[in-house]
Formats: sequence, structure tokens, C-alpha cells
Amino acid sequence: MCQVDEEYNGLLESPVASSATKKCNKCKETTAALVLKPGESLCRGCFKEHFVHKFRAMLGKNRIIFPGEKVLLAVSGGSSSCAMLNQVQEGLGQNAHKKLRFKPGIVYIDEGCLLGQSTEKRQKTMAQINSLFKMTGFPHHIIPLEMVLNLPPSVLEPVHLATDDPAGSYKEAVDHFMQSSPVHSVDPRVDRSELSALTDATNPQLIAEAQTQTLQELFSRVKTLTAKEDLLHTLRRHLLVSTARTEGYSKLMLGENCTRLAVKLLANIALGRGAQLAVDTAFCDPRYGDIVAVKPMRDYTAKEISLYNYMWNVPYVFIPSLETKTADKSSIQRLTESFVVKLQVDFPSTVSTIYRTGEKLQTASVTEDIERAPLKCLFCMCTLDTALGETSAFQATLISEQLSNVGTTPMQASLRPDTQTKCGAPCDQQDGEEHCQAQAVCCSHKGGDSMNLESLLCYSCQQTVKDMTSVEFLPQYIMSEAQRRNRRSQIRHEISEFLLTEDGDSPSIKADS
Amino acid sequence: MPIQCSKCTEQRAVLKRPKTGQSLCKECFFIVFEEEIHHTIVSAQLFKPGETVAIGASGGKDSTVLAHVMKVLNERYKYGLNLMLLSVDEGITGYRDDSLETVKRNQEQYDLPLKIVSYEELYGWTMDAIVKQALDRGAKLLNVDKICTGHNADDLAETVLMNVLRGDIARLRRCTSISTSSGGEDVLPRCKPLKYAYEKEIVLYAYFKKLDYFSTECIYSPNAYRGHARAFLKDLESVRPSAIMAVLHSGENLSIKESVKMPVQGTCGRCGYISSQALCKACVLLEGLNRGLPKLGIGKHHRLHEKLLSQQPLSNAEERKLKAVDF
Ligand SMILES: [Zn+2]
Ligand SMILES: [Zn+2]
Ligand SMILES: [Zn+2]
Ligand SMILES: [Zn+2]
Repeated sequence: MCQVDEEYNGLLESPVASSATKKCNKCKETTAALVLKPGESLCRGCFKEHFVHKFRAMLGKNRIIFPGEKVLLAVSGGSSSCAMLNQVQEGLGQNAHKKLRFKPGIVYIDEGCLLGQSTEKRQKTMAQINSLFKMTGFPHHIIPLEMVLNLPPSVLEPVHLATDDPAGSYKEAVDHFMQSSPVHSVDPRVDRSELSALTDATNPQLIAEAQTQTLQELFSRVKTLTAKEDLLHTLRRHLLVSTARTEGYSKLMLGENCTRLAVKLLANIALGRGAQLAVDTAFCDPRYGDIVAVKPMRDYTAKEISLYNYMWNVPYVFIPSLETKTADKSSIQRLTESFVVKLQVDFPSTVSTIYRTGEKLQTASVTEDIERAPLKCLFCMCTLDTALGETSAFQATLISEQLSNVGTTPMQASLRPDTQTKCGAPCDQQDGEEHCQAQAVCCSHKGGDSMNLESLLCYSCQQTVKDMTSVEFLPQYIMSEAQRRNRRSQIRHEISEFLLTEDGDSPSIKADS
Repeated sequence: MPIQCSKCTEQRAVLKRPKTGQSLCKECFFIVFEEEIHHTIVSAQLFKPGETVAIGASGGKDSTVLAHVMKVLNERYKYGLNLMLLSVDEGITGYRDDSLETVKRNQEQYDLPLKIVSYEELYGWTMDAIVKQALDRGAKLLNVDKICTGHNADDLAETVLMNVLRGDIARLRRCTSISTSSGGEDVLPRCKPLKYAYEKEIVLYAYFKKLDYFSTECIYSPNAYRGHARAFLKDLESVRPSAIMAVLHSGENLSIKESVKMPVQGTCGRCGYISSQALCKACVLLEGLNRGLPKLGIGKHHRLHEKLLSQQPLSNAEERKLKAVDF
């Protein structure tokens, strides 16, 4: 992200030369301090007004955050999420024009364990973040990524808000679960001595070393940076959503900006997440049910944010990530970022065009009926996109894999549809459809146990698992939920012949013959 | 140490499949490559027995491999298709001369009837941008039921990326479909049997089968974004070979908001060929030549189409812009 962020250097008006006399396009009085885009020069004050207005307008337009609602801001320490934090502070301030009325809290997840950082280094980072958060006076939660290992399996099921307090029982369960873990919220009203005690409690030494090791073992089983980034993104989301639930928040605010989302959209296409583009890039992401993720920064470019942070001294921290100091071609995500950044130089409309493409997409319609609701991916919790017809990239890949394996013979088929075989493997079953489904899902077993993990995953998350040498170190909550879903689908299969379809037919019961 | 073929486990593997990473011997590679295309053809029901199918032949690797595989599968699985090669002589010297020679040799090698239609024959002028239309009209003359073209997985993935970069939502929705039904009287159904075949595997197949093809890529690219999309796709493939299929999977599963307006696919007001504008490219070009305004066929002059269609004269200012530059 660094390249995008440093763009502002040449954009600030030089104090010398002719530009010194240029007036602000908006107020036409004050001297312009920056050029937002060619022909749009603004003074400091007007730029701030423009920036602040955009934030309020985004929230106002979407009308999704209610007064008094508890909103959890996910802050990574980077410029975009710190600008978001700054906007919330501004909006809640005494002299704010249209005051924001929700109750914010902040969460930071420390991923230092994946970068092989020492305990001291991680402590230092967390202390830095802690002092940044303390200045806001908002409750805050500084959580090491290791906490993901303690999540309950229920985090993988969206919580539907049909009943009065659906999250209640869940919340109790998780509260109980998390009691011993070093997750702390800091109430701004507690006195200083108490505060410092709490700060000490975020000491990563309290994280069992075994947990750090388990997480490192897990990631050492992932062969590619592409899959590592994807898995980390998944785990981080689970931890954020779970933290929001246990701490009583109902919205999660993410700091992704327009530039970031354009890169993400294109990278997601290359990762096979075409069906999920809308939820991943839209303002509102409802996939978790009770906790709705929103992206209020999505209309700002990285450049605007950098300019704002620079001019108004918004503090942010540089925190290295998995991608830091990697080559362009080290992962799909990294490659896409450098591609978009470079193309943006030649074609300045690149980011906005990709972003607008995303605006025109939707999530395929979802049925309300829970029994008939489409299955969700175990990892990313999006609707499974693998129940596809015979002519699809997904099926074509499966066929390729099967045909290249031992012992498969060429299929015999003619052009007449009635004599088609359903898949590449020899198929002697009547119900070719089901046989193929089974073929599709059972072809890869990993990690010693015969866990049927891939059938529970979307196309893209399957690709991530394919890049793993073993799944044995996946967190327990994921494995337990996978086992539960597998049992359930097995039962469903066993009883299928006794279930009646809507019009009263019994589909699979065959006549006495 | 020689690596064994992962399929027959007997022969020595000679290649690592770009698509799956599996090591195969030559014979097994031929089998899986052909079977996959057969699967595509059968599952998508691309053809019906008895149809006359024209293979769009350019002499390049894709159409050469397509012609070869179509002939092999038609015989092996008794598709009952009447296959023929159809080629367009674009009248562009150099590139086309060599490629036509290749197609002529292919005809003898595969024992398939060949028809070459030239632009002169069809319209009386030459231009690259209307190859597609020429194929249709040529095929029509020959009572062909369907045209199949050599578009491969890389081509389609590249088109998906390009349409995202250009924000062309209408094409983004259409570009991954394996076949198009007839678009009116003058447009034949088209299909892409190589849709899921990797370009690299097509090259490998042509190489091991010692197929005769003309290897220069067509250099005419209508827009700058295609080049960027192509380079990006190649890089994606080098990071993760399955990315090509992943892009196709994404393209096949995009869901576009109903509220998004789609340009209605219309037809040319003069000749009836599919065209998003009032006049198709070919008719605009012809009109330009007739009116002595050669620049009419170059660039976008959509505003003028209604005038042209109703035979109205153009204004002086309009004419001045469209006249050839005086030297
Ligand atoms: Zn001003
Ligand atoms: Zn998934
Ligand atoms: Zn073999
Ligand atoms: Zn026309």
C-alpha cells in the first residue's frame, strides 16, 4: 500500500512560484493548498469540509447505523483506518455540525506472530497502538491473532435476527469461553493507575506460547503467500466478528478505501471470488447476520486520505504485514496491487472504473427459507458457488484432475443428451448427477484423517486449501464445525429417500420393480 | 531420475500439465487433452448430429488444433458432423499470405473442405475489424449451421479482465458464454470448444502432434487495455497456474444488478447484422467510401448514423472532418 500512500508528494501546491497566488476553487478566497485532481484546487479549510462531508454523507445515505448503536471500528494502524477513526472522533466532537450519535469502540488485531516477531517487538507495537487509542477516549480492544484459536464453532454460522435476542445464548457461550483470555476493553473513565494495569495485561507473554506455535505451524503448512494472505483474511474476519459479538457491538466498521477496494475486486476475480464481489466491496456486508460490516471509507481514494492525514496531522502507525517487503509476483494479491498502481499512472481513471464495475454487481439472490437456504462456505461464509452445471470452469477443472489420474479411461458418449455420462470418471450409477457431486467433493483428503473439507468450501477457499500441505493445524472451531456439517449432510443423505418434496412426491423411492 | 506418467504409471512423463501440474507421457496427454474438449462439447451440447459446422481457420495454433481435435473427436465419437474449414482473406499482405498457405496445407492434412472468402468477394474492400462479420457471411453462402472458433481459456480470461478494466458491464456479462445462439438472419450460432483449454497446452499439443501452424500472433489489437490485461493474466498464471480457470469461474458467476441498464443489442438499420449502433461497422465504412469520406469508417461517429441511414446530406463542418487530409 505504500506506493499509493506516498502519492501526495507532488500534489501539494508549491508555496513558491505562480501557484502561490492560485485561489481555492470552492471559497474563491483563500489560497489553494492542494490539487485534488486537475482543475480542483482547494484550501485547507475547504478540503477538510469536503472530506468530512463525504464521511457523513456515506453514513447518512445508507442509514444503517442507528443512534446509540455500538459500533466496533477495526483499526489496523494504517492511514486509511486511522483516518476513519479520526472522522468518528470529529463527528462525535462538541462542535460537530451534524453530530454522529453511535457509540464507537476500537479493535486492533496483532499479527506479529506470523511475522516471526519477538515478544518485545510485539509488546512495543501494541503499546504504540494502545497510546494511539487511549487518546480517543473510546473503549478499545487489543487482541493478538492467537485468540482466533479460542473461538467457538458457532462463529461460523450467521446469526439471524428473527427472534428478540438471538445473540443472547451465543453471547453467553462465548463470554464464558473468552473469560480467561487476555482481551480487554478500556473504559475511558477509569483512572490512570487502573489504565496502566490494563495496558500491562495486553502483554503478549500472557499468550500461551503453545498457541503462537500452533498458529505458526498452521501457516508453515501453507505453501503460497497467496493462500497465506487469504487464510489470514478469513481468520481475522472471524476474530473481528466474534469480538464484536462478545463485546456487544452490532456493527463492524472497516477502513477499506476506494483504491484498496478496486485492488481487492480485481484480485478477487483472479482468486475465483466472482460470485462474492458484491458483498466484499459494497458498503454493507450482511453475511454474518447480526453483525453487519460497513465500509464508510469506500469513496475516498488512497491519495485523498494521505493528503488529509498529512495536512491535519492524523497519527498513524506503520505496521508490517505478510506482504511487506515482498516482490510484485509473490502473491496474486500483491501482483494485482502493483498492476493497478502502475496502470493508474498511465490511465488515471483505472481505480474509479474498476470501482464502478463493482457498484453494478450484486450477490446472487438468497432465499429466506432457512431450511432451503443455500449452503455457506465454512471459511468465508459466502454462499457456496460450487453447485454448478456440467459446463463450468469448476467442473472443467475437476475433469482435468480426474482424467490425469491413474486408471481413468476415456468416457464413451455421443452427442445425444440422453446417453451423456455426467463426469469424466466411468460412471455406472443411474443417478449420474449425485455421483458427480460425490466425485467432485471427495477427491482430496488431507492431513491423515478423511475429513471431507473441500465440499464445505467455496471455489476460492478450496484453492486456498489446495495450497496447504496439511489441514491438521486449522483452528479447532473450524474443524469441529466441519465435522458437524459433514455429519449433518451424511444424515441428510441417509434420510433423503424418506423426505417428501414440495408437491408430495417422494423423489427417490423407486417402485417395487 | 525420469518421472513416471501419473496416469498410466508406465511411460516416462514428458511434460508437466500447465493446467493441473500433473506429469504425463505423450500418449496420455493427447488422451486427456482431447477428452476434456469432448467433455466440453458434450456437456454444453454444442452440436447436433448432422449439422454442418464451419471451423474458423486462421492458420494459427488455436484454430489448427481446433480443426485437428474436431476431426479426431468427430470420428472417434461419431458426432455425425459435416466439418469444413472456413477462412477469411483479409487482404492484408504479409501476415495473411503465410497464414492462408498454412490453412491450405491443413486442408490437405485433415482432408476437410476449405472455403476462403475474401473481403473483395464480399464487400469490395478490406479491413481487419470486420473479420467476424465476414465469417458469418461466408458461412451463410455455404449453408453452414454453426461456426466454431479457436478461443481458448486464456483468451476468455483476458477478456474478462479487460472488460473489468474498461468497465464494460454488458460485455462482461456475455464474454464467458460458451456459445451464442443465432442473432438474427445473418448471424450464425457460434461456439468455443476450446473454452477450457489452456493456451500453453494447445501449444504443447500442436508441438507433440507436429501440427503445422503459422505462429505469428495477430498484431491488430483494437484497444490498449487488451495488452495490459494479457500481460496481467500471464503474470497471474506464473504466480498461480489455476488463476486462468479462477478468472473464468469468476466471470461465469458474476451477478449484475437488475437496475443496471444494458445497451440493447440492436441490428444494423441497413443490412440487419447485429450492431450496437444504428449502422454496423461494415455499412458505415461502405457509406464513407460512397460519399468520398474515408474517415467515416475510422473512429466513432455514432451521432451521424441516423443521417446516413436516412440518406441525409452531412453539414459542411461534418464533411470537412471526415475528408482525407490534404497534403
Ligand atoms: Zn477554500
Ligand atoms: Zn469461501
Ligand atoms: Zn501415460
Ligand atoms: Zn450493416
